[in-house]
Amino acid sequence: MSKEIVVVKDLKKWFDTDEGIVRAVDDISFTINEGETFGLVGESGSGKSTTAYTLMGIYTPTAGEISYKGMDISMGIKQRPLSLKKEMQMVFQDPGSSLNPKRSIEQIIELPLQVHGIAKDERRKRVIELLQMVELPEDYLDRQPTKIGGGEKQMVAIARALATNPTFVTLDEPTSALDVSMQAKIINKLIEFQETLDLSYLFITHNLSLMRNVATRVGIMYLGKLCEVAPTGTFFSKPLHPYTKMLLSSIPVITREEEAVKPDKVVSMGEIPSPVNVPSGCYFHPRCNECTERCKREDPPMVEVEPGHFVKCHTLSE
Amino acid sequence: MNTELMKERWRRNWYKFSRNPLSILGLAVVLAIILIAIFADFFAPYPEHAFVFVDFKNAKRPPCWQYLCGTDMAGRDILSRIFFGFRYSLVMAVSVLSVATPPGVLLGLVAGYMRDTWVDIAIMRVADVFLSVPSMVLALAVCSMLEPTLYNAMLAVTVMWWPWYTRLVYGAASSIKNEYFVQAAEVTGASTFHILFGEIFPNCLSTIFTKMTLDVGWVILIGSTLSFVGLGAQPPTPDLGTMVSDGSKYIPAQWWISLFPALFIVVIILGFNLLGDGVRDMLAGD
Repeated sequence: MSKEIVVVKDLKKWFDTDEGIVRAVDDISFTINEGETFGLVGESGSGKSTTAYTLMGIYTPTAGEISYKGMDISMGIKQRPLSLKKEMQMVFQDPGSSLNPKRSIEQIIELPLQVHGIAKDERRKRVIELLQMVELPEDYLDRQPTKIGGGEKQMVAIARALATNPTFVTLDEPTSALDVSMQAKIINKLIEFQETLDLSYLFITHNLSLMRNVATRVGIMYLGKLCEVAPTGTFFSKPLHPYTKMLLSSIPVITREEEAVKPDKVVSMGEIPSPVNVPSGCYFHPRCNECTERCKREDPPMVEVEPGHFVKCHTLSE
Repeated sequence: MNTELMKERWRRNWYKFSRNPLSILGLAVVLAIILIAIFADFFAPYPEHAFVFVDFKNAKRPPCWQYLCGTDMAGRDILSRIFFGFRYSLVMAVSVLSVATPPGVLLGLVAGYMRDTWVDIAIMRVADVFLSVPSMVLALAVCSMLEPTLYNAMLAVTVMWWPWYTRLVYGAASSIKNEYFVQAAEVTGASTFHILFGEIFPNCLSTIFTKMTLDVGWVILIGSTLSFVGLGAQPPTPDLGTMVSDGSKYIPAQWWISLFPALFIVVIILGFNLLGDGVRDMLAGD
């Protein structure tokens, strides 16, 4: 059993808006082990990015606990110690907006080093080293981010995240804004860095095929709640939650072999409801084809059906 | 930054600026006014006419070859006085904007970054109070409380000018604050000072510059208005507003005494507005 690096317990993040309270993240618990990639999937609006932002401290949790290596970090970014920010880093979804267009690539990658008190001449050496790691030419130092391609921007963002030798990196849809050829390159680099630099990842995406290739364990979110958490192999071969089955059966496939491993076709119904006005009982019941009377009344608990495989559904607790 | 990239950037900026011929016209007018203001002694046909000078023999002469814009009631050459007037107008604009902009921008940055906290509310409500009083009324109030001099007029305009920059930068900062690069800086532990001045401020610069260029004309107009009603520069200072006011008693018979200074106020404002439009085009989408 590997050591836990991040533990999230009963985490809630609600937003008070004009339309009412948005339950973006509602009572979720999961752990991330050292050296693994924990994948979070879900439709848009399911709360996976909010989970990442709350974990990183950009949002202050409404309730619940987050701990990192046993240290309580359930607070906003401003209250967290500086030493922690050296260890926890993040790569954002849109590389176009994650690099300041008014600063040079060197200034951008240098910032974390500057903040954590590295001397000037050493910073430059480290920036060049980082550029080599992400396979960008040295003369990019003086360039503005507006003058380089989307994939290259994301490489710069990764270099910035790795600058302080972190142990944990949150990747919020790192490839969704890029074209396919770039996606493969970025993913390969990320996997390579994980092995050579001993990193743990929280990997967020809505791309299930990608998840299958990178994640060690996968959690699936629906309306701010985790429905199912399982090791990647089990998750794709033996999904138990009706929502997981629905999503997996909706992946388009080309070959017959792929078709064979897919779960039976489940017709997907409806769309994700508004997180302001959540359904009663199990949040998923209006779209579920195994829905019973009980589902409409009671919210099911999360149960461990086999070691490491958690499911939140009434069909399994009976 | 290497020189090659620098040159490239200038070329591109000039291209964007010069696409509109009116921008070039504005630039030419502004450059001419600045040159004339600096070397007024050299350009003015009768530099000695600028302040106290009396020549009743040539008083109220209509425009002719000797006096291109005519002479006023004391026989002073109006064109010479206009050239010296540029000096006061520009000094007014530059000092008002250089005093009003920094605090205005700073408050806007802080309020925008701390959006929805008590800091934001405190700063923006104070700015709103200033903005809700018509600017002219506010300037008149300040001027009439103090002695009517050019410096007090500048002070009055400064007091009413900073909230515009606060509001402008507030809008920009509170949207830039949500960009991922600001969040990346927060995640890595950068100081609030760095986030304000290293990340947000550089992205507000083009908006600030554009507004400053456009504002030069308006500050001059307000300054001239204060002088016109007697609360700004006092005679014999060759201020354009004062000159219009002095000559207004002789309208319509001696129309040139008021008309030419007024016309040049229009030219200055037009020049800076055209230039401001060009600057906006140049910095847009950069």
